[in-house]
Amino acid sequence: MLNLIFYAFAALTLGGSLAVLITRNVMYSAFFLLLSLIGVAALFVLASADLLAVAQVMIYVGGVLVLVIFGVMLTHKPKPETTTGPQAARPNYILTQHRAWLWPLLVAAGLFTAFYSLISRIHFSLFEHRAPFQTSVDTIGKQLMTEYIIPFEIAGILLLAALVGATYLSSQGDRTNNQ
Amino acid sequence: MNASYLPSDYLPVLIQLGLALGFIITTMIVTHSIGPKRKSQKKDDPFECGIPVEGDARTPISIKYFLIAILFVLFDVEVIFLYPWAVNFKGLGVTGFIEMVLFMGLLLAGFYYIIRKGVLKWE
Amino acid sequence: MIIVETRPALSLRIYIHLPFTILLALPIFLALSSGFVVVGVYLERKISAFIQDRLGPMEVGKWGLLQLFADLLKLLQKEDIVPAAADRKLFLLAPSVIFASVFAGFAVMPLTPDLQGSATAVGVFYLMAIVSFDVVGILMAGWGSNNKYSLLGAMRSVAQIVSYEIPLGLTILCVVMICQSLNLQEISFQQGIYTYEPNYLFGIRALGIDVTDWGGIFSWNILRNPFLLIAYVIFFIATLAEANRAPFDLPEGESEIVAGFNTEYSGMRFALLFLSEYAMMLLVAFLGAILFLGSWNTPLPNIGPVRLADWTSGSPGTVWGNLTGAFWLLTKALAAIMVQMWVRWTLPRLRVDQLMFLCWKVLTPIGIVLLLISGVWRLLMI
Repeated sequence: MLNLIFYAFAALTLGGSLAVLITRNVMYSAFFLLLSLIGVAALFVLASADLLAVAQVMIYVGGVLVLVIFGVMLTHKPKPETTTGPQAARPNYILTQHRAWLWPLLVAAGLFTAFYSLISRIHFSLFEHRAPFQTSVDTIGKQLMTEYIIPFEIAGILLLAALVGATYLSSQGDRTNNQ
Repeated sequence: MNASYLPSDYLPVLIQLGLALGFIITTMIVTHSIGPKRKSQKKDDPFECGIPVEGDARTPISIKYFLIAILFVLFDVEVIFLYPWAVNFKGLGVTGFIEMVLFMGLLLAGFYYIIRKGVLKWE
Repeated sequence: MIIVETRPALSLRIYIHLPFTILLALPIFLALSSGFVVVGVYLERKISAFIQDRLGPMEVGKWGLLQLFADLLKLLQKEDIVPAAADRKLFLLAPSVIFASVFAGFAVMPLTPDLQGSATAVGVFYLMAIVSFDVVGILMAGWGSNNKYSLLGAMRSVAQIVSYEIPLGLTILCVVMICQSLNLQEISFQQGIYTYEPNYLFGIRALGIDVTDWGGIFSWNILRNPFLLIAYVIFFIATLAEANRAPFDLPEGESEIVAGFNTEYSGMRFALLFLSEYAMMLLVAFLGAILFLGSWNTPLPNIGPVRLADWTSGSPGTVWGNLTGAFWLLTKALAAIMVQMWVRWTLPRLRVDQLMFLCWKVLTPIGIVLLLISGVWRLLMI
């Protein structure tokens, strides 16, 4: 039963990601990404990482996906012939012009090897405990504030840097807009 | 309360989703079987308060929206970090509080910076 | 009970069991949230009529009680129009995404001490994730319609919802800090006479006044930490924005952008969007009642021999306990909804810049300060 659910959600994740790659319509790929993100969240739940599952949905669906869609809307310049005349009453799609496959394949393969070797070598302490399913909130909270306090504060600095960067980018955008 | 959990705790979520989808499908079938279907060019035009449609709706949006989305992601990450801390606040005590004040100090510094930079000024 | 062997490497035994209460709770919630829409729309019309010195619907049924059924019946037999310029797939899918995501939110709500769909340990967190799905659905609707008003409305709506999620998250965090749990049922139990740990007046043990036995309003979160009352006000404002309710209904400001992302929808698909809006109102009203206003606990305290709390709330596990629990929670949620409606007919709509000012420069800083105060308070509570 649980295996079945696992395979169903794994299939959902993979199917979603494949659809993201295959469809030419950029908006459709963004919404297919939603499917694979749901699948990943469900896999997290099955892997006893409930906090991670919900956090993933909050950040990736509510934040990053919206950001991606906004980005597409921001950069999309409609072709002049579609904006006037009877064509305006037809659905128009944002199609990707990007058809290269070699570089993405190389990057993906490289990332896969890197992550795979990392995960196969890494020493997970939880694997030995054979812990029953347990909410990860307590463990994460305690570990974050004790053992991993330095990475945690570094993450804070990283976020600060990102804030400053975003501010810088947007103030540049403003200046070009106002010209 | 025990802190253990089972994946089956999330089964109700799936059931609820299924029920909602069932409701949608049923009403859609009903409405399509009893509703009229009449097509006309004017009716299928996008609504534009009665005047002829001018141009395309899908024009580039303001960068302000994009910025709001970026800020949201960053703040959201911070808030998510705060949740596991808040749950274990009692156990972590004063040390945890000070550590988190440090973390939030960084956040507040960034927040102050963006306010001073006038990013959140909406005309 | 089904016992399932998982991946042999981990050799965990997973017990998949569906207690009877879950099977009971889910249909109740679906019926309740759809049924509420009936009550909600009628209430909204009657309250707005009362505020504007009108009668409201009076024709269909006694006092217009059947008005909404007539409306829904009408919508059900209307044509489902898809504009020629719309992106057909996204356009058709969007209302379902919005509807399903809002209704999935009810899966973790505790209705009574025993009735709860999913007893997940991260219930509060889960509800915030639900809002994310709502956002994506709205974007889908706006983009799919390929209508200027729809797209503008969707953009405004999304910007507003994600912005107000920050103060919302901060105020919820204050409660989580006081309760030390993300489990909605556990938070509920802490705020009444059936709590597992003693409650002190204003939460502070040093005062030495044990109110565990008093129960009632004294054990609610807004009195366990009085600052949570301010947090509740912020929470309430933020949830108004999350539900696109007035005075934050810019996404559907009819004087400028017709009906926002609803513009192109007709018939039953519009009804789905409409139902989700009211379901969202109910969801946030429930959440507010659970987090701040004592959940399913009675507001009446035990005063000496006058055992008001004992009389008005049965112990968990009994039928009486469940009935009173549901009664109190629904009463509180309905009261919050009445205030939502009152606000709608009292305050004028905000401008976009005012909206963003309120969120980022007023509510968020106050939220952060409240969070720090809650931290100090929690340190005092130990």
